[in-house]
Amino acid sequence: MGRYLGRKLLIYALTFFLAVTIDWMIPRFMPGDPVSIMIARIGTRPEAAAVLRGYFIKAFGLDVPLWQQYLNFWSALFHGDLGVSIWLYPQPVIKIIQRAIPYDLFILLPAILLSWFAGNQVGALAARARWLDNTILPLGYLLTATPYMWLAIVLAWSLGNVAGVFPIAGAYSFAIRPHLSLRFILDLFHHWFLPFLSLFLVMFGGWAIGMRNMIIYELESDYSRYLEALGTPQKLIRKYAFRNAMLPQITGLALQLGGIVAGAVATEVVFAYPGIGYIILNAVQNQDYFLLQGCFLFIIIGVLLANFLIDLVYVIVDPRTRLGMTGE
Amino acid sequence: MAQEQPKKVRSEFIYFAWKNVKLRIGVSVLLAFVLFSIIGPFLAKYDPLEYVGPMGAPPSREFWFGTTTFGQDVFSQFAHGTRSTLIVGLLGGSLGTLIGILVGLIAGYRGGLLDEFLNMITNIILIIPTLAVLIIIAAYLSVRGILTESVFIGLTAWPWAARAIRAQTFSLRVREFVDLARMTGRSSLRIVLTEIAPNMMSYLLLVFILQFGGAVLNAATLDFIGLGPTKGMSLGLIMNNAVLWAALQLGMWWWLLPSGAAIAAIVGALYITNVGLDEIFNPKLREM
Repeated sequence: MGRYLGRKLLIYALTFFLAVTIDWMIPRFMPGDPVSIMIARIGTRPEAAAVLRGYFIKAFGLDVPLWQQYLNFWSALFHGDLGVSIWLYPQPVIKIIQRAIPYDLFILLPAILLSWFAGNQVGALAARARWLDNTILPLGYLLTATPYMWLAIVLAWSLGNVAGVFPIAGAYSFAIRPHLSLRFILDLFHHWFLPFLSLFLVMFGGWAIGMRNMIIYELESDYSRYLEALGTPQKLIRKYAFRNAMLPQITGLALQLGGIVAGAVATEVVFAYPGIGYIILNAVQNQDYFLLQGCFLFIIIGVLLANFLIDLVYVIVDPRTRLGMTGE
Repeated sequence: MAQEQPKKVRSEFIYFAWKNVKLRIGVSVLLAFVLFSIIGPFLAKYDPLEYVGPMGAPPSREFWFGTTTFGQDVFSQFAHGTRSTLIVGLLGGSLGTLIGILVGLIAGYRGGLLDEFLNMITNIILIIPTLAVLIIIAAYLSVRGILTESVFIGLTAWPWAARAIRAQTFSLRVREFVDLARMTGRSSLRIVLTEIAPNMMSYLLLVFILQFGGAVLNAATLDFIGLGPTKGMSLGLIMNNAVLWAALQLGMWWWLLPSGAAIAAIVGALYITNVGLDEIFNPKLREM
């Protein structure tokens, strides 16, 4: 187990190192000069531009040798200093991101966990059940092929605009100040439902198809055939098949995290839901590079944490990893 | 006899391909979109960005998909957008597949330290969310074209393909026919090209289809955040404009829905084609 987790942790550490390096490198080595872009955007007189340029170069820390810039970047990172936002000047980037993260967790955690459980159950039922299979499979493919933002747009348009049942923007009504009361909490859930639903539905399709295919594969394998020949009840065979089919689905969850991040970003943009995705949109529109880089780092940290959690679950679920029988 | 074999295999492939409903549906939808992307822009009467009609008008005989809040023709945008979306899918998907094949074959066939190294890199890049990297790259590019977008999408999409191809190569490498080829003293490159790659052809095709779909989705998301091509049109950009200019609040469904529906149809058709091909290549999956 130690070897398995150790190897994983090494990979995560290297990933973090690479991500931070990318984050540091891209502004410095891309064609085009972000400082000039920002100054051009502000558009002042030449003398003022020169002062601004000096300020920005200081702010980016561009006035020291490259290797020192790199070290400074790391040390600032460990002090939680990700720079100052331009969009919400003069708030520090880290404060803006800290405010957004609860909203991300609020829609992502339920959407990921519930879609995973529901998808697995429905997929397992659909395998080798003709009627259910013929409805679930096409539906599943339709859902996974749908771009997250389009499903979000369809839901917002149909249930929000036409039917008028759900609000289509924000995390709570503008009329209410956030405070602890039943009215506010109900309002919060009212705004939460559509973003959650659109993430849930797209992911659900993928899990259901994956599980259905895995169960069919397991039911074809030798141990299932052997149990069948012994006269074991179908229910028990299916139970074993489900357990074995779970493992790739857990690994699949780790592999899907990148796609889920993209989905969350797009969904939050549609619903103007104040998570990281919505911040990214605003950062892009305001060319707020510090904020974008901060969001990138936090996405990486979130994905790494999620990966590690999934590894822990895998160790619990699959005894082979505990005994050191699988290297991967 | 030796010449008879490939012909028989091919005709069997065509037989099962024709009988497979999924493949027929998927391929026809894809062909329809390819055709549309070729002739669509000629059918469109206006420049996609020009202000040509009444503002925010629903579909009519003059403006088939209605107009935007600014009076741009949505159909023209849709036609040009479909074309660029397919181009990004083709270029980005090809590049991703190519790098995946290269890394996967080398790592899988060579093994040893080089494999350890490439595998480590693949696993690391696999964890980093593609879109996050694309966002910061695109944000720093002040001029973005369809070509640069495709290149960056291809450059970030290969890891899972490399991993899958490496695993396939691994299992093929120890087969007897590869050992025999090695005994004849052929070079590694030729063994990989003549013995290993042809045995994975079907698999590589599936990888390409999924890479194509992934590139289309990544491009759509990137465009939707506002980091798409700075000039020109794409399906994601139409949705980006529609959402930014409150088409949702105004209930302008003709502006909101068609572009996303087209992406869903293209990607869905790719997935269905993929499943259909999988059934043809893998007899175990065929429905009796």
